[in-house]
Amino acid sequence: MKSTDHNDRRAFLKKGLGIAAVAGSVTALQAFQQDSVEETGEKVRLLSPEGEIVEIDAGYLKPIPEVHIAPDQAREGIPGRRFVMVIDLARCKNLRKCHDACEKMHHCGPEKEFLKVLKMQDNKLASPFWQPTMCFHCDEPPCVKVCPVDATYKRTDGIVLIDTDRCIGCRFCMVACPYSARTFDWSEPAFPLEVAHQHYSPETSVPAKKGTVSKCDFCPDVVRKGEMPHCVSACPNGVFYFGDENEDAVSNGEETVRLSELLRDRAGYRFLEDLGTKPRVYYLPPVNRLFPFEDDEFSNKTDHDHEN
Amino acid sequence: MKTKAHTPLEQKNAHSDTISRDLMPRPFGRLGLIWVASLVFICAVGLFFYIDQVRNGLGITAMRDYSTWGIYIANFVFFVAISLVGSLISAILKLSGARWRTPLTRISEMIAVSSIIFAAIVIVVDMGRPDRFLNVVFHARIQSPITWDVIVISTYLVISLLLLYLPLIPDLALMRDQFKGIPGWQHKLYKMLALGWNNHPEQEKILRRSERILAILIIPVAFGIHTVTSWLFATTLRPGWDSTNFGPYFVSGAFMVGAGGVIAAMYIFRTFYKLEHYITLKHFNYMARLLVLLSLVYLYFNINEYFVPAYKMKAQESAHLKELFYGSYAPLFWGVQVFGMIIPLIVLLFKWGRKPLPMFVVSIFVIVGAWFKRFLIVIPTLGHPYIPMTRVPESWQHYFPTFKEWWITAATLAGALLIVTILTRLFPIIPVAETIEEAEVAEAENRTS
Repeated sequence: MKSTDHNDRRAFLKKGLGIAAVAGSVTALQAFQQDSVEETGEKVRLLSPEGEIVEIDAGYLKPIPEVHIAPDQAREGIPGRRFVMVIDLARCKNLRKCHDACEKMHHCGPEKEFLKVLKMQDNKLASPFWQPTMCFHCDEPPCVKVCPVDATYKRTDGIVLIDTDRCIGCRFCMVACPYSARTFDWSEPAFPLEVAHQHYSPETSVPAKKGTVSKCDFCPDVVRKGEMPHCVSACPNGVFYFGDENEDAVSNGEETVRLSELLRDRAGYRFLEDLGTKPRVYYLPPVNRLFPFEDDEFSNKTDHDHEN
Repeated sequence: MKTKAHTPLEQKNAHSDTISRDLMPRPFGRLGLIWVASLVFICAVGLFFYIDQVRNGLGITAMRDYSTWGIYIANFVFFVAISLVGSLISAILKLSGARWRTPLTRISEMIAVSSIIFAAIVIVVDMGRPDRFLNVVFHARIQSPITWDVIVISTYLVISLLLLYLPLIPDLALMRDQFKGIPGWQHKLYKMLALGWNNHPEQEKILRRSERILAILIIPVAFGIHTVTSWLFATTLRPGWDSTNFGPYFVSGAFMVGAGGVIAAMYIFRTFYKLEHYITLKHFNYMARLLVLLSLVYLYFNINEYFVPAYKMKAQESAHLKELFYGSYAPLFWGVQVFGMIIPLIVLLFKWGRKPLPMFVVSIFVIVGAWFKRFLIVIPTLGHPYIPMTRVPESWQHYFPTFKEWWITAATLAGALLIVTILTRLFPIIPVAETIEEAEVAEAENRTS
C-alpha cells in the first residue's frame, strides 16, 4: 500500500510540475530546482519511502508547494480510491467545530453552509439528536443526472464535484438534491485579496463565483496530501470517520477501524436510503450517547414538517 | 366550383374589397399608442432592473438556497403553457375539420410565437450565468431534462413561426398588391415576405400541403414542450413534484389557459378593431364550449394530483398539502381553484355566460388563475425540503418575490403583449385571403340551396 501511495504522489507531483510550468508559475519551479540549493551543514534524519533512515542536508528540505488541480484534471478521481465517510451521531453535541472549520477553509459566508448541524427527531417519543449533514457524494447522484452542461460530475474516487467555470447557474441540481446540500452564490462573494487571486480548482471550491453552485467537496485537495477533510480533523469528539472503501478502513483521527465492521456492528445506515441515491456518507445511530441532548437558540424554531 | 363561376364579377370584388378593407392592419389610435407606450415603459424599466441583476447577481431576487426557484420559473411554465394555444387552434381544430376556427388562427399563432419567445427569454433571465448560455449547446448533456427542453422548445418555436408565416403569405401578397398609402419600407417588407405569391394553383397546393404537414407535426411537439417542462419538476424527488400525473396535468392546464388567452384576445380585437362581422357570437359560443371541455379535463387531473396524495398523507407530502389546503398558501390555492377553474366552468354552462363580455371576464380569471397556479406548483414545494430548515433567516423560509423580481416578470409579460401588438399592427389579425375564400364558398352554397 505504501509503495502505491508513493507512486501516486510522485505521478501526482509530476503532473503538478507540468501545470506549474505551463502556468509559468516561477515560485513552484524554483522549489523544485535542486541545483541551486545551498547546503547549510545542518543534517536531518528522515525515513525514506523504502523504510530506510537517511540523513540529508537541511537545505534540501523544501515545503511541498500547493499543487493546483485545474478544472479539467479535477474530473479524474484519485486513482484506486473510493472515499467514504461515517458519522457517529452518538458523539455529536452540536459543538459546530466541523461547521466552522469548513466555513473557514472554503471561505463561505455566514449564509452559505456546505455543512449543517441539524436537530433531528424521528417521532415525538424519540429523543432528538444532532445530525451533521453535507453533500453525501451519492453513487446515484440526482444532481449530476440533471446537470445540462456536465458542470457537476461524479469521479472514480466517489467524489461529486462542481466546475464553477462551467456552471450556468440554472440551479436544477439544487432542486434535484433531496438533501439540500448545494448552495448558490446569489451575489458577488467577498474574499480577502489573497483568496480572490488564488487559482480556482473544483477540488478546493475556492474562490467561489457569483451565479454558480457550490457545495461540500470532501476536501480532495487535503486528502491528496494524506490529511483528513477539515470537518473530520476539527471535531474534538471524533464524530467523523473518513477513509477509503477499497481499503475498508476509516479513521476519525484518533482510531482507525474497519469500515465494514463498524457499519455492521454499530448498525450503520444512510439518510433517506429509500430515495435510492446511494450516499457515500453513513450514519451510526444516536444510541448510548456521550452527551445529553441540549437545544440551542435555533433548534426550537424548527418548522413543523419535521416534528411529526 | 361550377357555381362559383356564376358569381358576378363586380359583386365578388365588392365583397372581397369590404373584407380586405375591414381586415387590413391599421395605424394605432390614441388608445393604441397609450397601450404601446405603457408596454414599452414596463419593458424598459424591467430591462433596467435586469441589468442590475446581471451586475449584482440573483441576490436582487428573494430566491435563496432553499427556495432556489421562484416566480421566474413559474412565469416560464406559464409562457410555455399559453403557447400551446397555437397548436390547439391551428392544428387540433384544423385537423378535426372545425371550419369556424379561421378567424382565430392568426391570433392564436401570434400568441403562441410571442409567448414561446418569452419562455426562452425568461429562462435566460433565471440563469445565474447568462453569459454562459452557449454552454447549453457546446457542453450539452442529453441526460438532462433541460437539454430536452432546449431541443423541444426551439423545435416548437420554428414550427409555430412557420404556422404563423405560411398562412400569412397570401395575405402578404394581397397587401403588397392592394394596400395603398403605406410607407415604402412596409411595402418592401410585404413584398419580400410574400415570396412572389400570385395565387397560382401550384403555389396553393404546396401551401395547403405544408400547412397540413405542420399542423400534424406540431401536435406531438406541443405535447412534448409541456410534458418536458413538467418533467423539470417531476424528475426530482421533491414531495409535490414527484408525480407521474405531471405531464398530462400540465398539458391539460396549458390547453385551458391557451383557450382563455384566445377568448381574451378575441374580445379585445373585436371591440377595438370593430370585427363584429368576423368574430361573431358563434365563435364565442364555440370557444366557450371548448373551454368548458378543457376545464373539465383539467379538473379531472387536478383531482388526481391533489386527492390521491391527500388520501394517503405520506409524511413529506402532507406538510406540503396541508400548507396548500389550510396553511399559508390556502387563500391563493382555493382562490385559483375556484376563480380560475370552477367559476369559469359554471358560468360558461349558461347561455348568458357564453356572451362576449362575461366570457372576457371569465377568460381573465382563467389567465390570472393559471399564472398563480404555476406559482403554487413551483414555489411551495421548495419550502418543504427533506431536511429541516433551521438557522436560516425568516425570509428564506417564506419566499416572497422582491419588487425588482415582480417588475422583471411583469416586463416579460408586457414584452409578450408588445410582440402581439406589433404583429397585429403589421399583419391582418384575421386571415384575409382565407376569409374571402370562405365567404365565397358560403355564398355559393347559399345560392345552390
